[in-house]
Amino acid sequence: MTQYIYLTVVLPLAGFLINGLFGSKIKNEKVIGWIGSGAIGISFLIVLSAFFQTLGLPAEERQHIVSLFNWLSVGSLQVSIAYQVDQLSLTMALIVTGVGFVIHVYSIGYMHGDKSFWRFFAYLNLFIFAMMNLILADNFVLLFLGWEGVGLCSYLLIGFWYDRKFEKSTTSDAAKKAFVVNRIGDFGFLLGMFLIFLTFNTLNFNEVFARANAMHVSTTIYSFIALFLFIGATGKSAQIPLFVWLPDAMAGPTPVSALIHAATMVTAGVYMVARCSILFASAPAIMTVVAVIGLLTALFAATIGLVQNDIKKVLAYSTVSQLGYMFLAMGVGAFSAGIFHVMTHAFFKALLFLGAGSVIHGMHDQQDIQKYGGLKKEMPTTYKTFLIAAIAISGIPPLSGFFSKDEILWSAYANAGFIYWFIGVVTALLTAFYMFRLLNLTFEGKPRYDAHHVHPHESPKLMTVPLMILAVLSIVGGFIGIPEIFAGEHGNNFHGWLEPIFANAQIRLSHFGSHTHFEEILLMAISVIGAAASIYFARHIYLKNQSIAENTSAKFIGIYRLLLNKYFVDEAYDKAVVQPIFKVSESFLWKITDVKLIDGLVNGTASVIDVVSGKVRKLQTGVAQTYAVVMMLGIVAALFWIIYSL
Amino acid sequence: MIPIEYYLILSAFMFIAGVVGVLTRKNAIIVFMSIELMLNAANLSFVTFSSFLGNNIGQLFVFFVMTVAAAESAVGLAIIIALFRNKLTINIDEINILKW
Repeated sequence: MTQYIYLTVVLPLAGFLINGLFGSKIKNEKVIGWIGSGAIGISFLIVLSAFFQTLGLPAEERQHIVSLFNWLSVGSLQVSIAYQVDQLSLTMALIVTGVGFVIHVYSIGYMHGDKSFWRFFAYLNLFIFAMMNLILADNFVLLFLGWEGVGLCSYLLIGFWYDRKFEKSTTSDAAKKAFVVNRIGDFGFLLGMFLIFLTFNTLNFNEVFARANAMHVSTTIYSFIALFLFIGATGKSAQIPLFVWLPDAMAGPTPVSALIHAATMVTAGVYMVARCSILFASAPAIMTVVAVIGLLTALFAATIGLVQNDIKKVLAYSTVSQLGYMFLAMGVGAFSAGIFHVMTHAFFKALLFLGAGSVIHGMHDQQDIQKYGGLKKEMPTTYKTFLIAAIAISGIPPLSGFFSKDEILWSAYANAGFIYWFIGVVTALLTAFYMFRLLNLTFEGKPRYDAHHVHPHESPKLMTVPLMILAVLSIVGGFIGIPEIFAGEHGNNFHGWLEPIFANAQIRLSHFGSHTHFEEILLMAISVIGAAASIYFARHIYLKNQSIAENTSAKFIGIYRLLLNKYFVDEAYDKAVVQPIFKVSESFLWKITDVKLIDGLVNGTASVIDVVSGKVRKLQTGVAQTYAVVMMLGIVAALFWIIYSL
Repeated sequence: MIPIEYYLILSAFMFIAGVVGVLTRKNAIIVFMSIELMLNAANLSFVTFSSFLGNNIGQLFVFFVMTVAAAESAVGLAIIIALFRNKLTINIDEINILKW
């Protein structure tokens, strides 16, 4: 099936075209929904069979290129539409189509009755089309096509309910913000691409990486390439300093938050760094930057997540925080651990978002967790699946989150140092705490909503079955990457699978210190016990002794306000960047350049003609004899000229 | 035989009289008559040259000019009558609304 991998790109595109062009005529929600979901479902099956086919091959033969046609041919730049099937792209493609399919099915239930049902599915399919291009691309240009495409779909879907209010403005503003911030990152990515082409004279992945491996290129060049690419990744994957768009992206429908802003699109930056691992590994300074940025983002976002009251906002900051972990893994050279976390995170975070969507659905669009409480009884399935996801993200064994997160923490300790591990563990504890704060406030305790007007109800099967599927994946997803110390001789399966992709990068890094198994188990135990303690505290505070939370926030009111207002980052950006741009645009670009210069030129030309013609038209007196005199004088002059020029 | 200059000078005088009439008179009919005078001055020149050069084409031209002049005077007089009916004047200084 490997040679048919292009169908996984074509089918979502076909789904987009059918629903986009004829959706408004079809009207039947079931038909539209299953066209959209079916396209992704079949893609998933194709990827799955390609995966098993590849798995059956020896490790050296697992990389294929499926070339379709030549796209651009400009001088020495040759770009073709070609899809690369290898261990990394197959892993990502499985996540995207698998989780994507589940979320598509969920959306049929969630979006039921929406006036633009067909438009939603058209956009979702377009997103999968772009995402598959991004993942399967065998060159930077095609990757960039997907990169921009997912950005566009993100924009379209955040602003899907364009007529709704969102916080202080509208969903359109949130969409615009996401797009503009992403564009800043894309600019960095473009610069990185230019520099790669300048250095290696090609944009094809295999050629670039082969030349990077063979050619001698100065570390400075590598550093700039890696830095520019990483700037692109910070935009797409919501890292400091470009993370501000992701929390606002929650303005979109909840399945969108699950699919795009948790499971797939935001991991594109991680994927790109992993794909270019050799380039990053050649720039040790930038590797440190990646690790530090990832670590800071993880901690920073987790602290904000502690106090947010909007269910989706908490999950959004949690996503930013988890993405930080993935970049920490990239930065310390644990590429496959990072991709492993991408996978497990896709399961449990998609589950958390879909669960939140189910709650929002049942609570009539109420998103404030202070107005939930005691939903356990009304929504048992949602509660159970949400609980599984919360345990998974908290890193309690044997659920999936434990394996991936602990592997990252261990790699951070082994490759980078104690402090990286320590901050990582603190973040993990905060994660466990805010997840169980969210869980307890939503599902446990007494109802805090107005029971006379709000009647919470469990969501339909179409929504709960996807939750259950993801819950199962969240539980068992970690077992494919059981760490070496437990797995024995076979080693870590997931590592073994991805190893060939990162082999060259690992040779460049070669910084594996020797650490004992005792250390690894000790650190693991510390983080698990810590997470369990966090969960206990969260339960204690938010179920039994709410006053502790109130007292603490009253005592540290300054810090509380700081966190509640997200460190005032949005405000700072507003003051430092947005307002100056507005001011310059208004006072100079608009009032001087546009009004005075451009309008002045246009209107000036018109008024000069107006004045001149105002004078000239007086010649036309209407007196016939005046014309006759002029005519006669003209004839006389012409005669004179003819006679004397002869 | 009368020399050719006599005819041509007469023709020139007639033409200039016509031009002066067109440029100075205010009555549309007088202007119209002056135009006819100019046409006939041209006709005289044609006939003169035709006779002196022994070429009949000039005579032929005169007939054409007279035909066209007849048609033109018919149309022109009709316009003048129509104008008079509308404006009760044929003073061309007062007929000057076709302007800016």
